[in-house]
Amino acid sequence: MLSPDDTSLVGSNTILEAAGASLSGRSILRGLDVEISPGQVLGVAGPNGAGKTTLIRLLATLISPDQGSGLVLGARLGSPDVYDVRRFIGLMSHTPAVIAELTIRENLEHAARLRGEDLKRIDTALRVVGLAGAAATRGDACSFGMLRRTEAARLLITRPRLLLLDEAFSGLDVDAQELIDALIERTIEQDGAVVMVSHDQAHLVDRAARVMTLSAGRLETVT
Amino acid sequence: MTFWAQAVEIARVDLRVERRLGDVLRVVLPFAVVGLLVFPFALGVDLSAISLIGPAVFWAVGILFGMQVALRQAAHDNRERRDLYALLGVDPAARFVGRTISGSVLMVGFLVVLLAAMIVLYSPLLPQGWPVPVIVGLCLTAVGLTELGTLAGEVTAGLRNRTALASLIIVPLALPLVIGGSQTLESLARDTGILPWLLLLVATDLALAVAGVAMARSLEEASR
Repeated sequence: MLSPDDTSLVGSNTILEAAGASLSGRSILRGLDVEISPGQVLGVAGPNGAGKTTLIRLLATLISPDQGSGLVLGARLGSPDVYDVRRFIGLMSHTPAVIAELTIRENLEHAARLRGEDLKRIDTALRVVGLAGAAATRGDACSFGMLRRTEAARLLITRPRLLLLDEAFSGLDVDAQELIDALIERTIEQDGAVVMVSHDQAHLVDRAARVMTLSAGRLETVT
Repeated sequence: MTFWAQAVEIARVDLRVERRLGDVLRVVLPFAVVGLLVFPFALGVDLSAISLIGPAVFWAVGILFGMQVALRQAAHDNRERRDLYALLGVDPAARFVGRTISGSVLMVGFLVVLLAAMIVLYSPLLPQGWPVPVIVGLCLTAVGLTELGTLAGEVTAGLRNRTALASLIIVPLALPLVIGGSQTLESLARDTGILPWLLLLVATDLALAVAGVAMARSLEEASR
């Protein structure tokens, strides 16, 4: 098994070529052509139901394209190669993935152990996200903002090569938004790539070098 | 992280969650004991013959409520958690094994307490030297039921009618386990040899383990 830092088997290219995806037999995405290089931040805006979350799940290798093809970190979508690169993908989705019955620290320890990371990183990550004093709070007693910060701490520990943010700025105060900005910066500094989707284009324009819109399942370049 | 280290970590956290939630010990177990108490009344059994039906009632109640224990992990499972495990690089087979380990610990505890309650309430006539073979049979039944529950949870993951479907999958497939478990005590009482029944339980457990591990990846991918 790969060590957490061993990225030798991970490619850098993330490319979708005429890719499409369906959910429950309904076509959601069609003819997507996009290339994301290391060091790039791509923003995708679109109204509710445009397929933003499906696009994020496609890039996270959690679903496969039913048209066209795609590579994520060098692994062809739909092939077993994706199992090796998944651990280098970080996802912040609509609903925070936190185990409610565990404390914030226990959630981070669980993730770090499963990924084979050094547990010493946890204290630093908790400090960075401003949760050092709340580490013993259980997930079911946390506010939405605290859960988002917990996810940010987990992503600081796991240091993804491809960071996927699904409406990550929604419902967050300014401090928490700055934290997500720092996470983006850090991913880029480490030669990773970031894709973020939002219904609000204002969340994207200042942060992404390239902004596209997703409308009726198709991508169009804005900037 | 190795396969076994991942499985142990999944089991450890699952047991910690159970310790805080108390699904098995504080919710299912008390109701199961009440089930043991009311069963004779539901059947209208003569109270003088109650010691004869104790083991049968134990297995009926044990399987009925054991299904809740077996499916408790599926009840806490959601898409976010499954996605998180996938993106942390957790082997789906290690997840199956980890859940089976923690579930088996809980199921053994549940069945042992229920057995003790049955002995107290029904005073059944138990053959000499029953504890060891019966506990071994109970443990093998518990492992099999847990494997079945975990597998049923994975097969139905992502489906809207998951709860009903998972129970329907468990009931028929649990038959070899119920037969093996109940016949262990029955054969001991008749002095006809318990080995075939223990072998049936071992074979069922192994078959379910192989199926669970072999199908874990494809079931996880299909659940999306």
